[in-house]
Amino acid sequence: MKTPRPPRIPESEITPPEQYFNRREIMAGLAGGILATGAAAASDTARLKHWKNPRFSIADPPNSREDITTYNNFYEFGTDKADPARLGGRFRPQPWSVRIAGEAEVTGDFTLEDILKPHALEERIYRLRCVEAWSMVVPWVGLPLADILKRFRPTSRAKYVAFKTVLRPEEMPGQRIPVLRWPYVEGLRMDEAMHPLTILAVGLYGEVLPNQNGAPLRLVVPWKYGFKSIKSIVEIRFTERQPPTSWNISAPQEYGFYANVNPAVDHPRWSQARERRIGGGVFAPRVPTLPFNGYAEQVAALYAGMDLRKQF
Amino acid sequence: MAARPGRARRLARPLLFVACALPLAWLMARAFGLTGAGLGANPIDELMDRLGEWGLRLLIATLCVTPLATTLRKPWIMGLRRMLGLFAFTYLCVHFLTWLVLDQWFDLDAIGADLVKRPYITVGFTAFALLVPLAITSTAGWMRRLGPRWHRLHRLVYPAAILGVTHFWWQVKADWREPAVYAVLLAGLLAWRVRRARQRTPSTRTAVATR
Repeated sequence: MKTPRPPRIPESEITPPEQYFNRREIMAGLAGGILATGAAAASDTARLKHWKNPRFSIADPPNSREDITTYNNFYEFGTDKADPARLGGRFRPQPWSVRIAGEAEVTGDFTLEDILKPHALEERIYRLRCVEAWSMVVPWVGLPLADILKRFRPTSRAKYVAFKTVLRPEEMPGQRIPVLRWPYVEGLRMDEAMHPLTILAVGLYGEVLPNQNGAPLRLVVPWKYGFKSIKSIVEIRFTERQPPTSWNISAPQEYGFYANVNPAVDHPRWSQARERRIGGGVFAPRVPTLPFNGYAEQVAALYAGMDLRKQF
Repeated sequence: MAARPGRARRLARPLLFVACALPLAWLMARAFGLTGAGLGANPIDELMDRLGEWGLRLLIATLCVTPLATTLRKPWIMGLRRMLGLFAFTYLCVHFLTWLVLDQWFDLDAIGADLVKRPYITVGFTAFALLVPLAITSTAGWMRRLGPRWHRLHRLVYPAAILGVTHFWWQVKADWREPAVYAVLLAGLLAWRVRRARQRTPSTRTAVATR
């Protein structure tokens, strides 16, 4: 398979942002909108209109909705992997707005509807590899991050994209405990952010993203350890310098900026050579971890010439 | 209590037995699907985590026995120590076997590499290895045969407990609260023993012959 290039959109095809962000149009659009906003607030099982993108989906059977929504790390709700599902109920992901800032021509605060409206949502079945050596297969619903970033016309100074999670200790009990420095922050190099595999997800199994999985808007970078895929995003900032990232701040010798899945570079305390695929039950042996989580063909070129032992 | 001095004493052993067996029974019930709960999405890690956690708690509980019996001046409490210790060993034994069989599936190469390269596994394995002779020599026959050497041998429980807490501590990513609680408890229990050893002279030796 050839490395897919990010689509080049001619300037003439790009709708001026003023048109996207026309307030009245948005309000009208919401009536029949992409996101069933009202329904999402009422229940977390609102269906999302989407198409299935086979080009970027793997053939492995996805994990059950139960596994994906009851076993994950989202320290904002607690450090146990059952905490997000258990304690995520008080979180209110609607209404939501995202601040776009930094080195771009278009910046400001935009509602989630503003951000999603011009795009068609698609399903992508991705592997997810946690730095703790377990993995899942998740059917995300979302859209390429590149499609969204381009609308804000990043300038030539934009070398990185920094993301920030919402800070709401009253709704997120884990944020009342300083296990990490809150709010959670993450970042990608511009070419990583623009890569067609990198998506912003708003759903799971065809439905609105449950609180515990990063509602209403999260990043998914399938060739990196799960902690790079920041959840409940409230800020996207284009930066010239490499932005700080939460786990790197917490333990710089253990978690690097890149955090690419790499079976040849162990975590200082445990091996990354093998992983446990969730859902296999008690008698499922560990399986080998693949370089770049199996996405090497598509992304290895991004890191040509880099020493991945040092730039881990 | 004052009216019926023997009651607590008579009930303590069966109650403690049930209390110690409950977490294991609950875990087994979950493992075999006898409860609605199950073991969750990652049953092997759940088994290992819960077994290790209870093993460590019981090991620390075992180390509480002597200070309790001494400060409360109730020598009969000492009679609970072996049961607690053997329960701790049972949990840690199943914890170890879960790792060996379910987690590693007897992959001796991987196990060997982990034992050498992963300090948390090295210390955890060492802690378990130190406890094996203690479990074996826990019988009355071995106590008699070893005589004063039995007490010296069983001081291995101290390094085992320290390594056990370290084993837990070194696996944590960011939330050190639970291992910190165990570390503080263990430090307190060891400090009590150090202080007692320093104070120990024939005139201050308590009626409770303990160690």
